[in-house]
Amino acid sequence: MYPKLIVEEAYKYFPLRRSLVEILTFRRHRYVRAVDGVSFAVNEGEIYCLAGESGCGKTTTGRLVVRLIDFTAGRALYMPRKEVLSEIPPEYLVDGKYVNLASRLPRYVDKLLRRDVQIIFQDPYGSLNPRMRIYDILKEPLDIHGMGSTEDERRETVFRALEEVKLTPPEEFAERYPHMLSGGQRQRVAVARALILNPSLVVADEPVSMLDVSIRAEILQLMLDLKATRNLTYVFITHDLAVAAYICNNIAVMYLGKIVEKGPIDVVINNPQHPYARALIAAVPEPDPRNRFKIRELPISGEVPSAAHIPPGCRFHPRCPYAMDICKTEEPPEIEVEKGHTLSCWLYARR
Amino acid sequence: MSSPLLEVRDLRIYYYTLTGIVRAVDGVSFWMAEGEVLGIAGESGCGKSTLGYGLLGLVPPPGRIVSGSIVLDRTDVTKLRPPELRKVRWAKVSMIFQGAMNALNPVYTVGHQLAEPLVLHRGLSVKEALEVATDMIKKVGLTPDVLRRYPHELSGGMKQRVMIAMALLLKPRLVIADEPTTALDVVIQAQIMNLFKELRKIERNAMILITHDLSLIAEIADRTSVMYAGKIVEIGSSDEVFGNPLHPYTQGLLRSIPRLREKEKITWIPGVPPDLRMPPPGCRFHPRCPYARDVCRSEEPPEIEVEKGHTLSCWLYARR
Ligand SMILES: Nc1ncnc2c1ncn2[C@@H]1O[C@H](COP(=O)(O)OP(=O)(O)OP(=O)(O)O)[C@@H](O)[C@H]1O
Ligand SMILES: Nc1ncnc2c1ncn2[C@@H]1O[C@H](COP(=O)(O)OP(=O)(O)O)[C@@H](O)[C@H]1O
Ligand code: SF4
Ligand code: SF4
Ligand SMILES: [Mg+2]
Ligand SMILES: [Mg+2]
Repeated sequence: MYPKLIVEEAYKYFPLRRSLVEILTFRRHRYVRAVDGVSFAVNEGEIYCLAGESGCGKTTTGRLVVRLIDFTAGRALYMPRKEVLSEIPPEYLVDGKYVNLASRLPRYVDKLLRRDVQIIFQDPYGSLNPRMRIYDILKEPLDIHGMGSTEDERRETVFRALEEVKLTPPEEFAERYPHMLSGGQRQRVAVARALILNPSLVVADEPVSMLDVSIRAEILQLMLDLKATRNLTYVFITHDLAVAAYICNNIAVMYLGKIVEKGPIDVVINNPQHPYARALIAAVPEPDPRNRFKIRELPISGEVPSAAHIPPGCRFHPRCPYAMDICKTEEPPEIEVEKGHTLSCWLYARR
Repeated sequence: MSSPLLEVRDLRIYYYTLTGIVRAVDGVSFWMAEGEVLGIAGESGCGKSTLGYGLLGLVPPPGRIVSGSIVLDRTDVTKLRPPELRKVRWAKVSMIFQGAMNALNPVYTVGHQLAEPLVLHRGLSVKEALEVATDMIKKVGLTPDVLRRYPHELSGGMKQRVMIAMALLLKPRLVIADEPTTALDVVIQAQIMNLFKELRKIERNAMILITHDLSLIAEIADRTSVMYAGKIVEIGSSDEVFGNPLHPYTQGLLRSIPRLREKEKITWIPGVPPDLRMPPPGCRFHPRCPYARDVCRSEEPPEIEVEKGHTLSCWLYARR
């Protein structure tokens, strides 16, 4: 089976604004290396998780995949749904079934892809226009993409979408404004908006992080149900490893713009190998009061440096208890420790 | 038993807003023993922070303490005038605020900010104060050079450690920590929780940990209380509350938390918490409760001690 999405060596650098002095003295541009050589593959129908602490590049990777921003370098091969694929001329295809999301594409191909790849944002408060009725928020993408031949048809599509995310009766919710909804309901509107164009890949950026725990499960279940009925593939971004463990099939743990370890979720959670991944997993609090008497083993020190000053060699070396000389100068290669389970660390490199 | 360190009785704190009276804390009672860690859990907006501020006598306007008593070390905090209150606040009880890292004053060094209260409240000389500050900064896992630095030169985790040092400086009997790790990454959060665990052994102060994250409470609290819509609905030893939760809300909350290593299906509580300007009659949880019956819709459930030290408010457990 061919993967749905293959991201290969993706880079995204954001230029840092230079001060006047820096410009006058011809100092080189400096960059925030938000995504710094990231590779992963997502199978059709799976939930692939990008995990890591804030600032490690999860959102930027997601925004690259949905083409909200351009790649600095790298490639991302995406296999659109059949109907979409058949509308794309062969000269834009790789191997006859993939489109490179990092390449220049004509407007109409771009538009097709924007339909097929959608994103759900983290913030249910900021991501919906407060001045628009829910009805108009959901109808907007239909208008933009010229979906539905009549107003009635579009209306029906909007109501069906509301029903699908369990905002019933749809007639009532359609008339409301975002501020008249709870956080959970707003996030359901965001899900409905992402799905109304019938995409096949959805990037969900921390879709439940801002919600109270007691309602998170409902959104997660909704996403799982829709995945089954709509045959969706998700790239699921989260900093919460327990949520990842609950919902994902595969996981990639990121640190400062790079993936340090990736593999099947159970393998990575139960048997993490990379020193950073191990610390991250050991740090997750659990609702078990027996932990009260335990000091958690967290051998790593310090905090994540800024993505504008990435340490040379292994970027984790200043915090790593096992750092060796080579770690300070050379980037560790990616090593497959067992099938589908890879990590980047000199400890595991046979030399 | 000796008298408790803190005893709160029927505390009510309301915000008088233009759109109505927000009953943020509405009849809260509990006690705490010397040196104990109590966790207060609940969803956003249920009144946790308001309760924390109330215990310090620091409710922001338009809020005020409407009734009830807060007896801390035999003094009723609600009856104190501002100058007396300020003394209590530093010497007996201190607080680490939600989003506290930004509460440090940007124009003074960390050392200045730590030494100042010692000079003002303890009458120490500047040199003595700096010695105490150095000692405390080491206890929270920082190096003394931090004292010469300004807040913007520190990372989030370091700033939070400074805030903890500040809260412990005058050796208060009670420290109230409101979401002390919410703004931090999980590794730093775990380090701070480790620090709290170590410090309680050395300092032996009591602590109230306020957080929406039940897992953090389980990490450290001897007793756990669960708030819903301005009330404590269940309180007991952490072993009891986590191992044998009885209130339907507590049960629902615990079932909604995904576990790292268990694949058990999580569930959710339907609906949303009420608007505290017009909470529902009877049991405030009844619109979301799977067990609600007629009496729940009209009469407030009484507080019932189901077992020694394990108390809850729910009609299911009332013998009538
Ligand atoms: N200054 C204020 N004026 C008016 N209402 C307020 C004020 N501060 C808080 N409230 C209201 O009081 C209630 C309780 O708020 P509080 O901040 O105590 O909740 P919390 O449990 O700490 O929530 P969170 O988990 O989001 O921090 C909420 O309904 C809130 O909107
Ligand atoms: N538009 C931007 N301009 C400059 N820097 C950015 C921009 N977006 C993200 N960054 C930086 O890139 C890094 C990764 O950010 P992000 O992808 O948002 O991380 P995450 O989602 O994992 O928290 C951070 O250092 C962030 O500050
Ligand atoms: S490569 Fe070296 S510094 Fe990096 S994680 Fe492995 S041992 Fe630590
Ligand atoms: S009193 Fe009634 S509504 Fe309230 S929690 Fe108990 S059973 Fe549910
Ligand atoms: Mg993000
Ligand atoms: Mg609060």
